[in-house]
Amino acid sequence: MAELLKEELLRIEHLRKAYDNTVVLKDISLTVHKGEVIVVIGPSGCGKSTLLRCINGLEPIQGGKITLRGQEIDGNSKDIAQIRQKLGMVFQNYELFPHKTVLQNIMLAPMKVQKRPKDEVEAQAKQLLERVGLLEKKDSYPRQLSGGQKQRVAIVRALCMNPEMMLFDEVTAALDPEMVREVLDTILELAKAGGTMIIVTHEMSFAKAVSDRVLFLDGGEIVEEAVPEKFFSDPQTERAKRFLRTFEYDAVKHHDI
Amino acid sequence: MQEYLPLFADAMLLTLFIGWIGVIISVVLGLIAAFIQYFKIPVLRQIIKVYIELFRNTPLLIQLFFLYFALPKIGLSMSPQVCGALGLGLLGGSYMAEAFRSGLESVDKIQSESALSLGMTKFQALRYIILPQAISTSMPAFVANIIFLLKETSVFSAISLMDLMFTAKDLIGLYYKTAECLVMLVVFYLIILLPVSIVGSIIERRLRYASFGD
Repeated sequence: MAELLKEELLRIEHLRKAYDNTVVLKDISLTVHKGEVIVVIGPSGCGKSTLLRCINGLEPIQGGKITLRGQEIDGNSKDIAQIRQKLGMVFQNYELFPHKTVLQNIMLAPMKVQKRPKDEVEAQAKQLLERVGLLEKKDSYPRQLSGGQKQRVAIVRALCMNPEMMLFDEVTAALDPEMVREVLDTILELAKAGGTMIIVTHEMSFAKAVSDRVLFLDGGEIVEEAVPEKFFSDPQTERAKRFLRTFEYDAVKHHDI
Repeated sequence: MQEYLPLFADAMLLTLFIGWIGVIISVVLGLIAAFIQYFKIPVLRQIIKVYIELFRNTPLLIQLFFLYFALPKIGLSMSPQVCGALGLGLLGGSYMAEAFRSGLESVDKIQSESALSLGMTKFQALRYIILPQAISTSMPAFVANIIFLLKETSVFSAISLMDLMFTAKDLIGLYYKTAECLVMLVVFYLIILLPVSIVGSIIERRLRYASFGD
């Protein structure tokens, strides 16, 4: 792994994000290398999703700097569309385009944004759909798909742009439990294939399995950063311990029957 | 009654011609007004607001009187045809603006972000993602507005345009064939409006199916 981790892809330096007087992200610094899988966890409202939105230039930032391969990410700059092509984003509520079929959803941006030839894009789209087991749904409309299927299409749509990095924003939070698995398996596959990604999630066992590094965010700052084995078995901070405990339940049976 | 048919046919053509030019003006005005409101362009936005409220809440007859009888007093005189089309366009623009605006606003902001995140420019997001959805949402109101505007042409006779209403009133005045003329009037309005209504609902259904599936 060591040689894979050398190349630096994303760098965040002292990022500060505030809405009026509410500070959402205080002083975030983070470096992501090629091939690395970062999982961001933390209580709701801690700024996890905002962090991803800032990386994609969807939120103006009030301080610090985010760069992708040295190129600054700024939602108002002229280059932002070109940088966003390198960042595949998947949203909590899929955000497929309801007026387009699965294949059209996937092919639109590669053709209109990257100006790639239709045949080539279609071949890649079909191949990716095949990989997530949805090739037979290529002509369906999003409304005809289940939540899990929609989310896999959304992942394929982002992948078809050949991004350098994927951003997953609580992609299973809106799904029924039995559909969570199929989406997470898709992401695991990608991670296995060496994809670079930042994943915001509430699925702890998934986080443990997929990540190279876990960031625990609370109150808009990185409270703890560790490899998953260490973080989940032996968290160093009190806040992380308290957070992890919320996923455990104590038995309430007081006596045997 | 047969000998009046050509008169009614001519009147219908005039009604159709000025009516549709009015509709086209109203669509252009409505789109401009809707975009100004959607993108919250300062100053222009307030002007548009005043325009919409002014024209939506006054009768077309009075607007036409202003264009035809009052404007010449300040040296701006226009033919009745121009007044008719312009008046209809200004009235329609205020209605269309609201229809288009509500369509644009019905598309969630995150749809646009989803498009942007795929590397689209704001213009591409608008063209490929926002507008198609907005149009299908505003379609019912759009078709209703067209029908409403074409019906409003019946007040054109007040500024001496020889439209259907004018012709019917004329013939009634001349020959007292009130019932026949009124029936003709209804028939000719139906000839104008039924196709719009039918085509409109077909388009509505197709767009609805594409977007929402029911």
